[in-house]
Amino acid sequence: MDGTVARPATLAAAPPRRGRGTALWQAAPFALLFLLFFILPLCLTVAVSFWHYDEYSLTPAFSLENYQEVFEGCIDRLPSLCVTFATYLSTLRFALMAWVCTLVLGFGIAYFLAFHVRTVPVQMGLFLLCTVPFWTSNIIRMVAWVPLLGRNGLVNQGLQAVGLTKAPLDWLLYSEFSVVLAFVHLYTLFMMVPIFNSMARIDRALIEAAYDSGATGWQTLWNVVVPLAKPGIAIGSIFVVTLVMGDFVTVGVMGGQQIASVGKVIQVQMSALQLPAAAANAVVLLGAVMLMIVAMTRLIDLRKEL
Amino acid sequence: MSDRPRSPAFYALAAFFALFVAFLYGPTLTILVLSFQGPQGGLTFPMNGVSTHWFGKLWAGLGIVDIWGALWRSLRLGLVVMGLTVVIAFFAGLAFRKRFRGEGALFTVAVASLIVPSIVVSLGIGLEFRLLDEAVKWAAAETGWGWLQDHGTLMGLYTSALGAHLTWTLPFGLLIMFAVFNRFDPAYEEAARDLGATGAQTLRHVVVPILGPSLVGVALFGFTLSFDELARTSQAIGGRNTLPLELQGLTTTVTTPEIYALGTLTTGMSLAVIGLALGASLYLQRRKAKAGLRLG
Repeated sequence: MDGTVARPATLAAAPPRRGRGTALWQAAPFALLFLLFFILPLCLTVAVSFWHYDEYSLTPAFSLENYQEVFEGCIDRLPSLCVTFATYLSTLRFALMAWVCTLVLGFGIAYFLAFHVRTVPVQMGLFLLCTVPFWTSNIIRMVAWVPLLGRNGLVNQGLQAVGLTKAPLDWLLYSEFSVVLAFVHLYTLFMMVPIFNSMARIDRALIEAAYDSGATGWQTLWNVVVPLAKPGIAIGSIFVVTLVMGDFVTVGVMGGQQIASVGKVIQVQMSALQLPAAAANAVVLLGAVMLMIVAMTRLIDLRKEL
Repeated sequence: MSDRPRSPAFYALAAFFALFVAFLYGPTLTILVLSFQGPQGGLTFPMNGVSTHWFGKLWAGLGIVDIWGALWRSLRLGLVVMGLTVVIAFFAGLAFRKRFRGEGALFTVAVASLIVPSIVVSLGIGLEFRLLDEAVKWAAAETGWGWLQDHGTLMGLYTSALGAHLTWTLPFGLLIMFAVFNRFDPAYEEAARDLGATGAQTLRHVVVPILGPSLVGVALFGFTLSFDELARTSQAIGGRNTLPLELQGLTTTVTTPEIYALGTLTTGMSLAVIGLALGASLYLQRRKAKAGLRLG
């Protein structure tokens, strides 16, 4: 429940009495499920992305036509953006904005809980307070912004009452703003929990040492806390960026079904039964997300930190 | 550090935290209030009287959408996912305490399942079942066997959707089990074994009672993540939708406070489950403490 991310290597050694055979059997259902519902589907997706399709049927083949379709006009019509690049650019912008906002919020909250709340029960209580919404419906949490941000919503009513605006603002709901707001609302937790976990492991003596050596609060924060919280920041960033990159629900609901995203393209093609085209798009998305994860782990040097 | 007086930074951060909590809960509280809107009231403030009118309308059903059927399906699926998540993650956690072939690969796969975009997993599972259906149809045509002929689809709540949900809940369950076993003292198991308990007896009478409160935590993750899951289910379910999928459709079609009533209802259910889990966890902890006193 405390979201601690441990690695198998750090596990306490169990009594060696029972053999490896038992361990294999105990892990078998877990492994089988991931084989059937994760590995095999991904392999099939890659395979089908090379298949040929028309309105009526799929035929196994090895052709690059689906990928050519995905990247149609991407090279020869530069500098004007093709559909795929434009969609990725828009999704990347969402990812960047959501990442910056969730990082600032998540880090601040985690820092407050880890270093400023003094007793463990209060800490756990406040931590739980932040995690409860995670266990409720995302869709409902999106819908809940409508009475606040709509044309006649509370925010517009308030702004007009105070006299800041004359006419209601239209860009509050079903806009890029509301999409990013919803991302921040939904995903800050994914940033906060790993960072809090990293911070909870920081030896308090280090903070004391920095303080005694005359470091200011900011210096301690930047030179002691941030470097030691890096693994948590990396894990949180990977979560937020991948969640946003593949999203189609939040962009759909909060964008009023008007804003494109990579996930949405896949969803639309899937419902139009253009399976190989959807598969090719999924493979491209998977590749892009993996590249981003590699880049992020390089940047933060995760291995060295762990 | 704790004996030092509070710094100004504390008050600034406390205010920041309070604002964040308001940001987290504010919108949900807004629709909670608005779901009690009067019969003439609309989707926004002001409140036009106070009534349970919209709950009544919801109870009567939302037009063509079978909302109660969807709720029932989501509940049943959530319970199945919960049970399987607890059992499978518990045994996988046990396995990871020993060494076994492929443990590194299995751990990587579990973490990858959290990180691979849900739409990709969902599409993959959808494809898998469509191809399976094709294969069954082909087999039916080839063999002419009667029992294969009127095959519809293998896709469904307890096949493809269940699998899709487990790829999301099991990694969380496994990570929690790691954290739990990290704090678990193997001396209890050794003591049980020294007293002559078999492996199964040790598990049943020692390990499970000690880990009980944490297993409730895994169950909470299993149920709530499944109950609210949308992205992974979207392409991996047959004709009959789960509640979140219906809700997604309703966001564009329902323009009355009924949708808020539905929101209040489902959020209330989620909160009830969280409360139940916390209560059960506390109860088990207390019972454990009492048993410890009696034995000690």
